[in-house]
Amino acid sequence: MSAPLLAAEGLTLRFGAIPALLGVSLEIHPGEVVAIVGESGSGKTTLLRVLSGQVAPQSGRVLYRGQDIAAMGEPALRRLMRSEWGYVHQNPRDGLRMSVSAGGNVGERLMASGARHYGNIRAAAAEWLARVEIEPARMDDLPRGFSGGMQQRLQIARTLVTHPALVFMDEPTGGLDVSVQARLLDLIRGLVADLGLAVLLVTHDIAAARLLAGRILVMRRGEVVEQGLTDRVLDDPQHPYTQLLVSSVLAA
Amino acid sequence: MSAAGDWRLRVEALDKTFTLHLQGGLRIPVLRGEALTVRAGECVVLAGPSGAGKSTLLRCLAGNYGACGGRILVREEDGSATDLAAAGAREVARLRRHVIGYVSQFLRVIPRVPALDIVAEPMVARGVARDAAREAAARMMHRLNLPGRLHGLPPATFSGGEQQRVNLARGFGAGHPLLLLDEPTASLDAGNRAVVIELIQEAKARGAAIVGIFHDAEVRDAVADRLHDISPLPDAA
Repeated sequence: MSAPLLAAEGLTLRFGAIPALLGVSLEIHPGEVVAIVGESGSGKTTLLRVLSGQVAPQSGRVLYRGQDIAAMGEPALRRLMRSEWGYVHQNPRDGLRMSVSAGGNVGERLMASGARHYGNIRAAAAEWLARVEIEPARMDDLPRGFSGGMQQRLQIARTLVTHPALVFMDEPTGGLDVSVQARLLDLIRGLVADLGLAVLLVTHDIAAARLLAGRILVMRRGEVVEQGLTDRVLDDPQHPYTQLLVSSVLAA
Repeated sequence: MSAAGDWRLRVEALDKTFTLHLQGGLRIPVLRGEALTVRAGECVVLAGPSGAGKSTLLRCLAGNYGACGGRILVREEDGSATDLAAAGAREVARLRRHVIGYVSQFLRVIPRVPALDIVAEPMVARGVARDAAREAAARMMHRLNLPGRLHGLPPATFSGGEQQRVNLARGFGAGHPLLLLDEPTASLDAGNRAVVIELIQEAKARGAAIVGIFHDAEVRDAVADRLHDISPLPDAA
């Protein structure tokens, strides 16, 4: 079995008296999609922020390719974020530059990771817009004029253009209409499989987790109460909270 | 290979109890001390009344349900044996990719994915090149009377019988050494049932071990080497 890409050991973080993370450990291997599910306030987004080095835990550590990210230093971490890691925010406005064209948003990340040739950058941007089903004619438009679903697809193109090994996704379909969600989920599913990405996907959408993730972690009040193969956790849930979560989903 | 040693699946003292926390912790024992050995080239049909636990056993063998006790030994292609009941999530995923094929009662439809790719996917996961997998998938679909015009469409709009044949093509196509079949002929006409009987016999001939649930007596009689009875457990007090 391969070594984990990212491993977390005993992460704990309290905001005042409120525990946001309590002894959370997890591993993600290359090419694996792992979903983190749970209700609002269960600590899912905080976990993602700690795993991606944006917030330091009070105890525990995060290892990326065996190296403690707390010991890497700020510049190395920023370099990771620009190249090997990607972060897809729930609100595309947090991941895009709204005053820069669609093509520019994609090209900018390429340049930040070292690309210099303008023609190549523009060609790569055009290719990525096509992959996320944005017409090339919209390349020079500002994302401000895009629908929510298009903005989210643009954010995904911007994130994946550098071929990251690991992508953090925080409720990527969160603010979208149901019809748009299905298209976006399918797009993510296809890209993840084609590129062999490892993805940590935070979602409260059980159906999305089933569609995309091989493994699932169920969080409640900062703790991982259950984890395992997605279909087993959802079809044969053991923890009372997971049973509640699964039984609350409307079958479509 | 000795007669005693050529088993592909060996279930020992398997227990499965469901605990319903939302119903005050109600415990429903379904399997207790279940034992079953299936050899290469053998098809064992689970028999017993509805609700006795046949599907539960099959889902435990697929790793979809977790065992509460006992062992589920699965023979790998290199001859080693792995206990599915004790395997971690990534290990179970690996066994599903290479050893265990499972045909469920219903196809889980993935939005926007064409039927051909759904059928080809397990072959690709086992390492077959995508184009070759698509060609093999198309052949398997034609055999199951799924015409070419359907191959490029997502199966969401297919009839129940067509979806089930997509499911069967997917399950049989990758040539897994252990096949689990949960009522694969339930919604098929006589012609397609005959194709499934052929597919099962071919799988046996190449040495696959098969565990199945068939309510259709004609199919059962045609493929079963023996029946394995599952009796309902008495209700817990």
